[in-house]
Amino acid sequence: MSEKKFIMGNEVMGRAARAAGAKALYGYPITPSSEILHFWSGEACGEQGRKEGLVFRQAEDETGAGFMLIGGVLAGARSFTATAGPGHVLMQDAFSMAEAMRIPVVAFITQRGGPSTSTVIYSQSEVNLTCFGGNGNGFRVVYSPSNLQELFDYGIKIFNTAWKYRFPTFLLADGYLAKMMGEVEVYDPAEKGIKMVPTEAYMLEKDRKRPLSEVVPTPEIDIREDGGRQYECLRNCLNLEEETYAVNMEIKEAFDKAAPEIVEHEDYGPQDAKTLVVAHGLVSSAVRAAVDALAEGQDKIRLFRPITLRPFPEEALRQAARGAERIIIAESAVNQLARFVKESLYGHCDTALEEYFRPSMGILPKEIIDLVTKA
Amino acid sequence: MPESKPKRATKPEDFELALPKCARLSSKPHSFCQGCGHPEVLKALGFAIDELGIQDRVAFGVDIGCSLLSWDYFNMDSVETHHGRTIPTMVGFHHANPEGVAVAYVGDGGAYAIGSGHLLNAAIRNENITVIVVNNAVYAMTGGQEAPTTLPGRKVATAPCGADEYYIKAPEIIRNVNPTAFVARGITSVQAPLRTIMKEALTHQMEGKGFAFVEVLSQCPLNWKTLDKPEKTFEVLEKELAQAYPVKRY
Repeated sequence: MSEKKFIMGNEVMGRAARAAGAKALYGYPITPSSEILHFWSGEACGEQGRKEGLVFRQAEDETGAGFMLIGGVLAGARSFTATAGPGHVLMQDAFSMAEAMRIPVVAFITQRGGPSTSTVIYSQSEVNLTCFGGNGNGFRVVYSPSNLQELFDYGIKIFNTAWKYRFPTFLLADGYLAKMMGEVEVYDPAEKGIKMVPTEAYMLEKDRKRPLSEVVPTPEIDIREDGGRQYECLRNCLNLEEETYAVNMEIKEAFDKAAPEIVEHEDYGPQDAKTLVVAHGLVSSAVRAAVDALAEGQDKIRLFRPITLRPFPEEALRQAARGAERIIIAESAVNQLARFVKESLYGHCDTALEEYFRPSMGILPKEIIDLVTKA
Repeated sequence: MPESKPKRATKPEDFELALPKCARLSSKPHSFCQGCGHPEVLKALGFAIDELGIQDRVAFGVDIGCSLLSWDYFNMDSVETHHGRTIPTMVGFHHANPEGVAVAYVGDGGAYAIGSGHLLNAAIRNENITVIVVNNAVYAMTGGQEAPTTLPGRKVATAPCGADEYYIKAPEIIRNVNPTAFVARGITSVQAPLRTIMKEALTHQMEGKGFAFVEVLSQCPLNWKTLDKPEKTFEVLEKELAQAYPVKRY
């Protein structure tokens, strides 16, 4: 039953995974995401968790956690992890395999300062890593929530996106969101008419509904019959350049087909505003407040917020940019969101792009208001 | 009468009697190098799986390096992982599907160098999986570099002046951190006991007793540079390696 709770962001994400029917969390403690592990380990060893067979495994490091996660998904369990910063760097080893073999891993990322160990607090500097980490081409889905409620809503949604489309899927939160407390409506997705996409094992599946050959790129799967049973052999080490080309092109085709169904954005504020501010995640909440504060005056602004960073809402941004006399990109990083914006608007927009880069610093509504009114 | 020359096995059906039932005939001859020990290890494992009747229950995880060539050796569900990462993959798998028999098949580089943290901690946590490590005392697929198992003074691609003084004795370490695990070291040249060890390891896991660890001493004629001297290959295997690494249960 739906209820309002005053809880911390990390607990919100843990509860979202629980509401989504996740079975397993494999992780390694790192600030600012650790309370997700605390919540889940508590659930797993509680009476109800034991009855349901919930799994919690603390790995030896994030590399181990990432590959345990892959193992859990291969076994057909709705599984996830939570990490940040340097731990997130280590997990790219596993995420790269998941991307290659279309293994629907789910990860909650709580960005912290970077590069390196840096601060444990806040940044938006894991956009590049989340979207394009590893040695592939970035065929992943990345949601960027902007408040506590969205941690819950999208914390459920990512499991469905991952299992429906079979791409690694990320909830890219940040340290402030993870650690802040606030009121959140928690609910059973069924109450809202949300059906959870069923999972299916990649190995030892007894009742396969969707042929694995529809998911795993052709050169990476070999299915054979023996004694009336089908055996599935999966590989990611390929012999030929042509095979690797085929893998990449098959993944690209699947991603391009799914992208229009996945992509999301928010367009907030007066449509006749001359200034468009592009921001994502928590920064977009600050911009939203600035939009409201300036709504009655001469310096009206409009927010364009990509909710999915991968796939990026390119076409929607191009439309929003039409007629804008100023376009400001605000992010708590250097050129990580802006790179997407430039790529999307290249050849489609003559307006100069203004950069407001504050790596690892929070951005307040007043800063956005000052940017607009004092220019 | 002149002795008839044995027929060389080239077609899948030629291998039928010599191979376990769970082996995939159409992928034979296997793709390992001439004289490699891996097929001997896989045969022992396969016969043990046949005896236990668990072909359709095994999730076979294979590492990167020569071990990856075993991905299509059997008619069993299998997955190639990344270098050193097979153990955590199978740990994750086992927790999500405790009915499956999770087997990690790894080389000595994957298990004892890049994946050593995973191996050690899986043993400490007494994870209910079976780990089989093929120890040929060298990084083979990448071109004969020094491994943590390379014997002192041996000249290899990345130790042209001779390998380091110390080397890893993994079963001894595993026993030290886990008093209840199944731990044994076998050797490719003595097949029957190797098959028994494999069966015992799998049974240990299937009975829910926790971590089962088998190291197998194996030959690499290519990187040992004994391709044209089979007797030398077995001298190195049975004298040098087996002397440094005792073949026994721990």
